[in-house]
This record gives sequence, structure tokens and C-alpha cells, in this order.
Amino acid sequence: MLERLLMASVAVFSLGAGVAGAQTIGFSQIGSESGWRAAETTVTMNEAKERGIDLRFSDAQQRQENQIAALRSFIAQGVDAILVAPVVATGWDSVLEEAAEAEIPVVLLDRMVDSSPDLYLTAVGSDLVHEGRVAGEWLVSAVNGEECRVVELQGTTGSSPAIDRKKGFEEGIAGADNIEIVRSQTGDFTRTRGKEVMESFLQAENGGADICALYAHNDDMAVGAIQAIKEAGLKPGEDILVVSIDAVPDIFQALAAGEANATVELTPNMAGPAFDALEAFFADGTMPEKFIQTESKLYTQADDPAGEYEARKDLGY
Amino acid sequence: MNIRALPLYATIAIFLLAYLVCYLQFPAMLSTRVIGNLLTDNAYLGIVAVGMTVVIISGGIDLSVGSVIAFSGVFIAVLLRETGLHPLAVFALLLAITTLFGAAMGGMIHLLAMPPFIVTLAGMFLARGAGYMLTIDSVPIDHAFYETMQRAYYLMPGKGRLTLLGGTMVASVILGMILLHRTKFGTNVYALGGGEATARLMGVAVGRTTVLIYAFSGLMAGLAGIVFSVYTSAGYPLATVGVELNAIAAVVIGGTLLTGGSGYMFGTLIGVLTMGLIQTYIVFDGTLSSWWTKIVIGALLLMFILLQKGLLRLRLSH
Repeated sequence: MLERLLMASVAVFSLGAGVAGAQTIGFSQIGSESGWRAAETTVTMNEAKERGIDLRFSDAQQRQENQIAALRSFIAQGVDAILVAPVVATGWDSVLEEAAEAEIPVVLLDRMVDSSPDLYLTAVGSDLVHEGRVAGEWLVSAVNGEECRVVELQGTTGSSPAIDRKKGFEEGIAGADNIEIVRSQTGDFTRTRGKEVMESFLQAENGGADICALYAHNDDMAVGAIQAIKEAGLKPGEDILVVSIDAVPDIFQALAAGEANATVELTPNMAGPAFDALEAFFADGTMPEKFIQTESKLYTQADDPAGEYEARKDLGY
Repeated sequence: MNIRALPLYATIAIFLLAYLVCYLQFPAMLSTRVIGNLLTDNAYLGIVAVGMTVVIISGGIDLSVGSVIAFSGVFIAVLLRETGLHPLAVFALLLAITTLFGAAMGGMIHLLAMPPFIVTLAGMFLARGAGYMLTIDSVPIDHAFYETMQRAYYLMPGKGRLTLLGGTMVASVILGMILLHRTKFGTNVYALGGGEATARLMGVAVGRTTVLIYAFSGLMAGLAGIVFSVYTSAGYPLATVGVELNAIAAVVIGGTLLTGGSGYMFGTLIGVLTMGLIQTYIVFDGTLSSWWTKIVIGALLLMFILLQKGLLRLRLSH
């Protein structure tokens, strides 16, 4: 009897210890306005499950007041850490101060805030200029010194991805005098506009014969443009090289079919590095860098695009 | 027992029951932190709902308030950025504008004998458009006085914060209670909600009362706008879309009859807190989609409308 009681108490004790070991982390997401964001949510949940983290998820439905309220509730609940993808940059000071006072580390995902960096542990994000640079450097090595006239499909005019990805690409090709951007127009990040603008490029450039490569600020525009190139009777991927950014599932289908040449990944896995940083912080108080840049990985036709498509198609893009 | 007060009792019972359920599942829900958060996070909604309660009891509706909150935020942010005025001066100016705006809508409703729905719908577009005219960006407010306001709180035992914003909401509710239940104006509002013709026969100055009702709603929307701008320390023309509908829902969940003539200001406070409680529960749970907030509020609304219909029938059969 006594033995059984002892065993039971040991079991209860170890169970208690197990629960205490599992971390509870709150994640306040902006919403699900785009495929990429939906994928970010899915990946975050998967990452948490793999690490045995108890993730509390809150969708702010694009509204900052919901997001602030969610953060306050996380603090009241006493979570171990908070991840937040802030919907706007302003207005976070007081709630971040509350988190700091409660000694709950906060990690920003994908977007920044204008508060003092002391108020959050770190920010995980991608460098948009770097993405453009990777695309540009790929083109330099792909054409290998030959003369190349490039057309560019820009993102929404004035948006930060459009400005930074253009700047980065120009930096990437800066050393190569053989490469020249001859036409550059906005395709608004959409498939239909990408196709329309590409059609006008093809007409203006001798039916496409004078174009050597296309650089699109996102994959969706590239997919639209590929359609336009095919309709003009040319072979995308051979007659005109296609390089774009984001690495959404559809571009991998195009890569697998040989119709696109390269894409630079904007990874939806911002949570992985965030969880790593938190783990190190909890283990021995290691302070991470204030900005953790995610890898901008380049994918070409040689990188098993069919397999990459299979891996991504269920993430919610 | 007073049959009119039944919806209020039902509201309070549902709130307490819901809180008990939350507490049993998450003991941390019964902390001063959560209570402080409920007051702070719903301050702007509570204040705007005070004005909405008066409007609905009078048998009207005010759809403009959400847009007025957004306009207020943008107005404050832009004025603080462009001029050297002190925030308090800007607040006074803003409250004058929103009160006049409400009064003008009330005047049109009375003079042109137009349905409040149409007039305030026009007001909704007008205020939203005016916000966009001022700016299309989110304008941050960076002023020492704003920081003072954000840091003004009383630390309750258990680290909960009774903030200036939460306090402002409670004060607004008390003000609304006095106005509605203890003044001549309040009696007139109830009389108007019972029917315009009877109110006229009772000697209520219908025109003046209507103008005052919408002016009060405008004033409260302006105050909610100030509170919201302190809450987010920014002005954004796209903010608080649809908040007028949340306010109406809070009023109805608070036990006020949508057709007017019956209701209590205190019920509205409970209605707002109930909505906040649902949102808090969903965040605490962390696995439910946050759209469940809307589903539960929809179910509660439906329940209260059925309850009111039942009570109406009960009263008629007596």
C-alpha cells in the first residue's frame, strides 16, 4: 500500500515536472491576408509542435487593438514568451513595457516596430535588399559575361519590398557591365498585371527577341509573365531567363517544368530562429543579436523543384 | 419583480456565469491583471457604447461613431504634428467638432424627419472621408503628454493596472447613468423611445431632445477617439472600422431594447465587459480561431433579441 502510494506520488511529481518543462508561448499574428502569411502561421504551429511548445495562437484580424489586447492577455496569463508579427510599426511602447516588467521576452517576427530595441529580445526578419542582391548575383553568374538586356517587373509602387528588391538587384548586377535593365514597370505584385505588363514589354522589344532575362519582384508576377512569354511563342526559361523572389509553390511547378530559372526564398519559417533564440536565452541567458536575418536561399531547376513543391503545397499558400 | 429589468438581470447572470466558467478553466482569469485589461482594452468601446445606449433608448441609431473615432485619432495626430498646440487644447477643439457634428445629424433627423439610419450612415461616410482627407498613413503621436497619460495608472494588488483609460470609461458610464436615470433629459429620452407622438403629448421638446441625444453621442465618440489615440499612440484613418456595430451589440447584450424605450446604462457596461471576456477567453485558450468571438457574440445577440420578444409578449398578455 505504502509502496503504491509512493509510486503514485512519484508519478504525479514527474508529471508535474514535465508540465513545468513544457513552455507556453503566445503568438499574436496579424491575420491571414496573404498566402505567405497563412504559411507563416502553419509553419509556426508545426515548429512549436515539433519542439513540444504549448503555442497559444491569436489572429488579430488586421487590427492593432485586437493585437494589443491579445498581448495583454498573454501577459496576464503568464506565458513564458511572446511572438508578435506587428500589424503597424507605431504604438507598442506601453504594452511592450508591461511585458518587460513581467519579465516576458518578446520576439518580433517579420515586421519591425518603432519602439526602443530594449523592449524586445530580438526581431526575426528577412532583408529585402539582400533578396534582390541574391537574384542579381545569380543572373550575373548565369549569363556568364554575355550581353544581357533585362526587363523588370516591379512590385506595388512605393511599397518597401518594391523599393528594396529593386535596389538589391541593382547592387547585385553593379559589377557586370554586360547586364543592363532596359525596361522597368510596376506589375503590382499580381499575376494578371504581371502578364499584361510582360505583354507590352514583349511588343516593345522586338517580339521578345531582344530580351534576355526577366526579373520579377515576386513569384506571382513571374508566373503571369511566363504565361505571356508562352503566348508570344517563346520558351520561358530558355529564350528568356526568369528569376523572381518569394519561393511560393507555383513557381516550383514552373521550375520543374523548366519555365522558370531561379527564385529567392522569403521563408515563412520566422518562428524557427525565434524559438532557437528563446531556447538559448532560457538555457543560460544568452542574449541574441537584435536582428536575426533569415536565410534568403536561392532555388534553381537543379534543387529538386518537384520535391519542394510537394513540401510546400499544404502550408496554406 | 420589475419585468423591464429582467434583461439586465439576465445580462449580469450571463456575465458572472461566463466568468465562472473561464475561472474554472483558467484560474489566472480571476486576477486584477485581467480585470484591469478588460477595462483598458475596451475603454474606447465602452465610452462610445454609453452614447449609443442613449441613442438606442430614444429609438434611434448612430452608425457614424466608428468613423468619428478614426477621424478623431487622425485629427489629433495631424494637429499635434503640424502645430505646437498642447494636446489638451486639441482635445477641446476635437470634442467641440464631434459634438457639433452629432448635433447637426440630430438636427437633420428632426427637421427633415429622416430615419436616423440614413442620416448617420451619411455621417459615417463623411467622417471616414474627412479622416482620409487629412492623411492616408498611420501617423504616430510622439508627445510627452501622451506618455504621461499612458503611464498614468494605479497598480492594484496582483500587478493589475487600473489605467487612466479604464478609469475614463468607468467615469463615462457613471456620467451616463446619472444623465439617463436622474435628469429631466433622461426621462425625455425614455419618453421619446416610447413613441414620438406620446412624447409630444407628454410635453417633451422633441426637437431639442433629438439634437441633444446625437450631440451627446458625438461627444462620446470624440472622447472614445481621444482614448483610442492614447491607446495606440497613433492616428490611422482605417482604424475602428465596424466599431459602431460592436457598440450596438454591446448595448443590446446589455439588455437595452433595440426598438427603444427600455434599458439601463449599467447593462451596457456589462455588455462591453462580456464581449471583452469572450475575446480574453479565446486568447487564453490559444487554439480557437479568434473569429469565434464574432460567433459567440452573434449567438448572444440572437438570444437577447428572443428574450426581449418573449418579455414583450409576456407584458402584453398581462
